[in-house]
Amino acid sequence: MKAWRIGLGVTMAVLGILYLLPFVLVGLNAFKPRKAIIRNPLALPDAWNVENFLQAMEKMRFVESLMNSLIITAASVALIVFFSAMAAYVLVRRPTRLKQFIFYALVASMLIPFQALMIPLVKVYGSLGLLNSRLSLIYMYVGFGAPLAVFIYHGMIKAIPLELEEAAMMDGATRRQVFFRIVWPLLRPTTLSIVILDVLWIWNDFLLPSLVLPDSARTLPLATYNFFGTYTVNYGPLMAGLVLTMLPVLLVYMFLQRYIISGVMQGSIK
Amino acid sequence: MMAGRRRRRRVFRDRLTEVLFAFPALWAFATVILVPFGYGIYLTFTDWDGVGARGSFVGWQNFVRAFYDGRFWHSMTLTLAYVAVSTVLLNVIAFGLAYALTRGVPGERVLRAGFFAPNLLGGIVLGFVWQFIFLRVLVHLGESFDVAWLMKSWLSSPTSAFWALVVVTVWQYAGYMMVIYIGGLMNIPGELFEAAAVDGAGPWTRLVRIVLPLVTPATVISIFLSLQRSFMVYDVNLALTGGGPYRSTELISMYVYRKAFVEQQYASGQAQAFILFAVASIIALVQVYVGKRREIEA
Repeated sequence: MKAWRIGLGVTMAVLGILYLLPFVLVGLNAFKPRKAIIRNPLALPDAWNVENFLQAMEKMRFVESLMNSLIITAASVALIVFFSAMAAYVLVRRPTRLKQFIFYALVASMLIPFQALMIPLVKVYGSLGLLNSRLSLIYMYVGFGAPLAVFIYHGMIKAIPLELEEAAMMDGATRRQVFFRIVWPLLRPTTLSIVILDVLWIWNDFLLPSLVLPDSARTLPLATYNFFGTYTVNYGPLMAGLVLTMLPVLLVYMFLQRYIISGVMQGSIK
Repeated sequence: MMAGRRRRRRVFRDRLTEVLFAFPALWAFATVILVPFGYGIYLTFTDWDGVGARGSFVGWQNFVRAFYDGRFWHSMTLTLAYVAVSTVLLNVIAFGLAYALTRGVPGERVLRAGFFAPNLLGGIVLGFVWQFIFLRVLVHLGESFDVAWLMKSWLSSPTSAFWALVVVTVWQYAGYMMVIYIGGLMNIPGELFEAAAVDGAGPWTRLVRIVLPLVTPATVISIFLSLQRSFMVYDVNLALTGGGPYRSTELISMYVYRKAFVEQQYASGQAQAFILFAVASIIALVQVYVGKRREIEA
């Protein structure tokens, strides 16, 4: 291997370690008592004390928040991919003027930022008495997630050769059967990229759930925010709380890293 | 006869399937995006304060008032500066990382994964992580090594708090945009480099003359996403500075949020949200238009 390559490799490795240092520091300080953190935030902890973690878990209602995040993310993402794939399929096959118009409306809507919708959203759903519920939140995620998902599926379904479907129709299959037996399985790689993009979005989303969820059903980002608001300067438990919030995601990342990066790559290029 | 009827029944059933297939996603889209969007337009012409059932019609007054709202413009110009600085730094660094990590260095895959890692976490968590770094770690370093510009926390003065926001934003998204640039770089055929090397082009010429023009599609996407995300930033702003000190780092999203949900001036906030939407989309669309034209020329 050429010398410059090794030199570049070493440089990048050092940069990479510096890049991730904030996480390491939070991790180290999560084990220290408050005084030790103030004295020297760079020192290693004297003992690997888990006291802070126990406190954070209790105050954040960690298990409950984690479950809320899991339920909301899983349900929303499953519904987004399922309904969007079906809608995209209908929009692609046997196109009409109306279908084309709907497709353009979906694409155009992707430009609208959430901030331009949040006030009327709260007003409309609030006056219908539909705020403060996990179900409403999941429903809204389907609405907000559909445009991008339909757009990506639309491109992929177009690329599936029509003969495949026609052959199945000749054999007497209905549209529903064609979709579930032929199209849906062929879309699996696309579905995986959309799932990855949407999981990252919904798992970490703050603004929408902060407007829609009641205090009794917080997701992890909401619990973290609330914990920091009420605990302000007690750094030990705060750092432990951050570690607890980050850990599940980083663990999953270790195993699915390759898929996540290629999912993002494909999802953004479209 | 029989065959005809069965055919008709099947056509009917397929049509029904179509409607049932399209309905859930489109219904959710219509009720969650279209209805609030239309209602939002209506709201901007009223004086609804969040309490009454509906406000009365006030014409363009909310937009006029936004125009004379000094705080709103402070927030808007601050956001524009923040967007400009972040977008430039972000893309330069992201491209640099992508270029370095497509040269075939050992451990490329792990390094890419490392730089991407912040994107797995939300702005709230990242903001708090960095709040700790700025309040405790950097100040400690400044005191230990007697570095004047680190001794006072960056979050304690308006200018340095602005740069703290930029640092965290660039750090957060550089890995994401890097992935997009890597995608673009991997699309460049290797023969082009060999041909250029044979023609005697040095590494710098190759970078400027071949790599940068060919990677333009990725650049357009990456700048578009950078603009979109930095215009709409809220979570990092909230967790890192909370808009402080003294509301000096309140970027536009936070300003609109406060206007509506804290000060209860919903209609006014909605008008400002639309101004934000207009400014952001005009800039983003111009960028895409200019970029696409360069793409064709390249």
